[in-house]
This record gives sequence, structure tokens and C-alpha cells, in this order.
Amino acid sequence: MALLEIDNITISYGNRPTVTDFSMKMNEGQIISLVGESGSGKTTVIRAAFGLLPGGGKVTAGDILFEGESVLGFSKEKWRKLRGRGMSMIFQDSGAMMNPTRRVGNAFVEYIRTHENISKAEATKKGIEMLERMRLPDGGNVMKSYPFQLSGGMRQRVGIAMGMTYAPKLLLADEPTSALDVTTQAQIVRQMMELREQYGTAIVVVTHNLGVACYMSDYIIVMKDGRIEDQGSRDYILHESGNAYTKKLLDAVPSIGGTRYV
Amino acid sequence: MFDEKDVILEARHVSRIFDAAGGRKLVANNDINLKFYKGKTLGLVGESGCGKSTFMRFLVSLDKPTSGEILYHGKDIMKLKGEKLRLNRQNIQMVFQDPAQSFNPKMKIRDVVCEPLLNFKRIRPSEKDATARRLLEMVELHGDFADRYMQNMSGGQRQRVGIARAIALEPEIIVMDEATSALDVSVQKTIIELITKLQREKNITIGFICHDIGLVQSFAHQIAVMYLGNIVEVLPGEDIDKGMHPYTQALLGSVFDIKMDFSKKIESIESEAPSPLDVPPGCPFCDRCDRCMDICRQVHPTLKKVGEDHEVSCHLYE
Ligand SMILES: Nc1ncnc2c1ncn2[C@@H]1O[C@H](COP(=O)(O)OP(=O)(O)OP(=O)(O)O)[C@@H](O)[C@H]1O
Ligand SMILES: Nc1ncnc2c1ncn2[C@@H]1O[C@H](COP(=O)(O)OP(=O)(O)OP(=O)(O)O)[C@@H](O)[C@H]1O
Ligand SMILES: [Mg+2]
Ligand SMILES: [Mg+2]
Repeated sequence: MALLEIDNITISYGNRPTVTDFSMKMNEGQIISLVGESGSGKTTVIRAAFGLLPGGGKVTAGDILFEGESVLGFSKEKWRKLRGRGMSMIFQDSGAMMNPTRRVGNAFVEYIRTHENISKAEATKKGIEMLERMRLPDGGNVMKSYPFQLSGGMRQRVGIAMGMTYAPKLLLADEPTSALDVTTQAQIVRQMMELREQYGTAIVVVTHNLGVACYMSDYIIVMKDGRIEDQGSRDYILHESGNAYTKKLLDAVPSIGGTRYV
Repeated sequence: MFDEKDVILEARHVSRIFDAAGGRKLVANNDINLKFYKGKTLGLVGESGCGKSTFMRFLVSLDKPTSGEILYHGKDIMKLKGEKLRLNRQNIQMVFQDPAQSFNPKMKIRDVVCEPLLNFKRIRPSEKDATARRLLEMVELHGDFADRYMQNMSGGQRQRVGIARAIALEPEIIVMDEATSALDVSVQKTIIELITKLQREKNITIGFICHDIGLVQSFAHQIAVMYLGNIVEVLPGEDIDKGMHPYTQALLGSVFDIKMDFSKKIESIESEAPSPLDVPPGCPFCDRCDRCMDICRQVHPTLKKVGEDHEVSCHLYE
């Protein structure tokens, strides 16, 4: 049985079908990248798998199965149990998901304490430890900060820390490293891959960085206009695919010493 | 390549110190000196949290340095007030790092894009619709998106709305803070072609904060590398691979590329990142530098010229 199976789904906002005929299947310990056009539906697909489509979004056809069970009809209670250790998500806009009037630490401690019966002090310690693993210096100070007092990449790393706290069976990561400098990005990419090595975590990573996609994943899905445009192994995507859009993307990847516009 | 008389904006000894919890002081910018030239792009790269956004926000008067000055055509913009400040805003526009947080999610895209144009009476209300469409299409968004709300857009679509709004006024200076990080590489390429075309036609100056070294070197005339609040190297864009500062070299070693050897582990800086609450007395990079010498722990290095348009702040090259 696959860990996650998305079977021919259509997702609509209002009456507008946004993602159509999307299918994918993944097993424990697998890393799949979702790449492709901005606005093609990558965020929509993984939020559907996490049961958290933004307002007006609905799966209107097909099914999503987690460990063989359809998640589409899950009750709130069932989702609450699954999120954290079963499935977790790093949001594309971690900053915007934070409550601007609450200290980062309060939210993190509350998150930890809904998943584990531990004291506030223990939860704080655990939170700081996770933040420092994400290369955030002085985790104690980050916990005491309001979101606006952190940089964009620091807020994103708070989101990554939360998503990784319980080494979930499935991690859905939406542009996890796009706000990070390259050395921090390299660290986070390694940490995610270590989750897989140590705990067998399966990861879906949405990214515009094709280098990151190729480095991390076993399988790559290319999306365009709400559909799967192309898919295959890294070698297939990089060297064998004849798909025009895949080629267009590969040609546009900026590289050091490459094309200059000025 | 750079001529003193083309300096349009200059930061002199700019520092910013924030108050942190427990009465501690956080040094986000430390004695920054940078020059922006007419019609040229300055790329700013550096570690997450090193103070890039903090610095760029001064240019659009959203925050003030704790000390130092920012001269725009020779005048300190920190001293502008009232109507002068308002008018100055149309000359320097910024695309923010977090588009979701910088606009009201309940606003229609048409209004987001046209608001500055209406504020400065550059268009009549009746021209809104056509203007919004034209601007959206420039950033590869469908004109019909004008009717949508900000909250119903994808990450990369929001970024493009922010870019359309900033270029609408055809300002003298555009500051873009991670403005293309949520775009696929193909759309990103279109955007870079668009802004470099605008730059050539209208002689626009661009400040571009970016984590993608491959991207920023493709169109920046000069690149400044920042670390823990300090500018550690400034060099011509096309020479980024000749960066001399050990931090610049570490950045180059951590770039993911589709032509890399995927069987090799990606390099990074292994040691703990230092905190801006606790900056080491000597070189800001000394604790993580594998070429650290005794002097590095004691004396704060300053930027020294090492070549044409190339400055490095490192004791190795003194
Ligand atoms: N809440 C919403 N209501 C209506 N339409 C939406 C909503 N959220 C997204 N959309 C639309 O659905 C399409 C897919 O959006 P999605 O966010 O899934 O794209 P994406 O592939 O993640 O893009 P990006 O790479 O730019 O983040 C886009 O055209 C977007 O405008
Ligand atoms: N309003 C504020 N109050 C207190 N501290 C702040 C404030 N704004 C920024 N800081 C701190 O200043 C430092 C620099 O932040 P800044 O946003 O400039 O970083 P950045 O280089 O843009 O990083 P990123 O690449 O992650 O966006 C960080 O340590 C941040 O926590
Ligand atoms: Mg998205
Ligand atoms: Mg920033």
C-alpha cells in the first residue's frame, strides 16, 4: 500500500477547475519534487493533500488516500490526530501564516503541547532546540520575538522547524528554502534528507530551484496549467525528456558564468 | 565602469541597532557604506537575517538608521518631511519580500496596481482598467486578473503584482527584495528581461536583494556581499566567481545547480551561525572561517580596494 496516493483529482476554486487529472503515488522514504509554472497549482495540490485548501477550494473529483484511507471525508478530530506525526506541512508563506500579534514562542509552545503532554518549560526547550537546528542563532531570542522582528528567512525557518518537529511520515514542503541564502539552504536540504534517512519520512517538495529538486528527489513532476506536463526520474527530466516545457524550464535556469542580460 | 558623478544614492556609515528582549541590543546594520549608480543594478546577497531588508527599507523611508546618512542626489533623505517625503516616494519604489503582508488581501488587483498612479495623479480613475491590464500583461499575468483579490493569487502571482505596481510609476530607483523567489525560472527570466529593458530605456537604478547567486550575477553591475550586518565584499557582477572573501567563497560552494555532481554532498558552513545580539569583536566571520588568524579575532577589518571596482574586508588581503 502506498503512503500517499492521489488518484485523478480535480480541484476547483468556486466553479473554476484549477487542477485537473492529477495523480501521484508515493511510498515511505520517497522524495518527490513538484516543479513548474507559477500559478500551475502546486500549492493547491499539496494543500488538498493536507486537508487545508484555502477559502473556496474543493476537491471535486477523484480521491486522496493516506495509508490507504480516503482523507476527503476526514473529520476535524481525525485531521487533528494525523497532523504533526502523520503529516505535516511547511507553508509557502510561513510568515503570513503567523499571527502577527503573538510571540513566535507562544505559538510554537502551543503547537508542541497539542502533540505532546509536556510542561511549558520542556516545550520551550524543545522549540529552541528545533530552531537552532534550523541554524537560527539565539533560539531563545527568536522565541521571544514577534514575527515582524524576524527576517523573511527567519520566519520561514520557524515554519520549517515546526513542520519537522515530529519527524512525520509525510512532510509536505512548499518552497521551503526559497527565502534562504544558499549556505542555509544547503543545511536545511540536508536536514530534510536526514529525516528520511533516520525516520523514513516521505517528502513532497515544491520548488522553483531545479538544482534543489534534482539533488533531493527520486522523482520529479512538472506542472503547467493545472496539469501534469511531464514526470520522471532526475536523469529522465535532465537528459531524456523531449517535452518542450521541461526543456524551456531547464534552459531558463540561471547559472554562475551563464547568460548575462547587461 | 563606475563614475563618481553617476552616484545617485549613497549610504554613509549607516548602522541600525534594534532593542531586543531582556534589554539586549541587536546590531542589524553596522557602518554600511554603499553607492548606487544611475542606470546600474546593485545586487545584495548574504545570509538570511544579516540585515539586507533592514538596509533597503531605509531607502524608501520606512525606517531610519540609528546613525549615518543616506544621500539621494546629495540630500539626506532622512530629513525629508511631509509633502517632500510624499513626493520623494514616487522616485524610489520598493517590491517587498512578503507580498502577502504588504497588501490588504481584500483589495482587488486592479486597485493594488493602480493605487500609486492615482495617488500621484498620473492617471485618471477612468483609465484604471486599461492601465492595470497593460501592467499585468507586462509581468506575464492575464489581464483578467485585475478583477481578482490578492488573497486568491498564488505566491508567484502575488510577487508579480508587486512588481507591476512598482514599475507603474517608472521611478528613478526600484528596490526589489527577493522579488522573484516564488517564480518559476521561465517567468523569472521574462521579468529580468523586462526590468533590464526598462533600465536601458529609462536609465533606472535597481537595488536587488537575492539569494540566487546565478540569477543576480546575470544582470547586476555590482554585487555587495553582506554578513552579520557588515558589507564584506563589493565586486562587479560578472566577477562573482572571483570573490575573495572566505564568506563569498562559501556562498559559491553551496549553490545547487542542474549541472552539479549529485552524488557529492552539498557543501555548507558547518559551524553555528553567530547571533547579531552577540557580534564577535574582530571580523564578523572569524568564528566560522577556516582561514582565521589571530588578528581576525581582535581587529575589525575594513573594506580595502583589491582591484578595479573590487573591495574586500578581510585581513588575508592586507
Ligand atoms: N484561494 C483562491 N481562490 C481562487 N483562486 C485561487 C486561490 N488560490 C489560488 N488560486 C488560483 O489557482 C491557481 C493555482 O494556484 P497555486 O497557488 O496552486 O499555484 P502554484 O503552482 O503554487 O504557484 P506559485 O508557484 O506561484 O506559488 C492560480 O491561478 C491561482 O490564481
Ligand atoms: N523591527 C525589528 N525589531 C527587532 N529586530 C529586527 C527588526 N527587523 C529586523 N530585525 C532583526 O534584524 C536582523 C536583520 O533582519 P533583516 O530582515 O534585515 O534580514 P535579511 O538580511 O533581510 O534576511 P532574509 O534574507 O532572511 O530576509 C535579524 O536578526 C532580525 O531579527
Ligand atoms: Mg505556490
Ligand atoms: Mg529580508
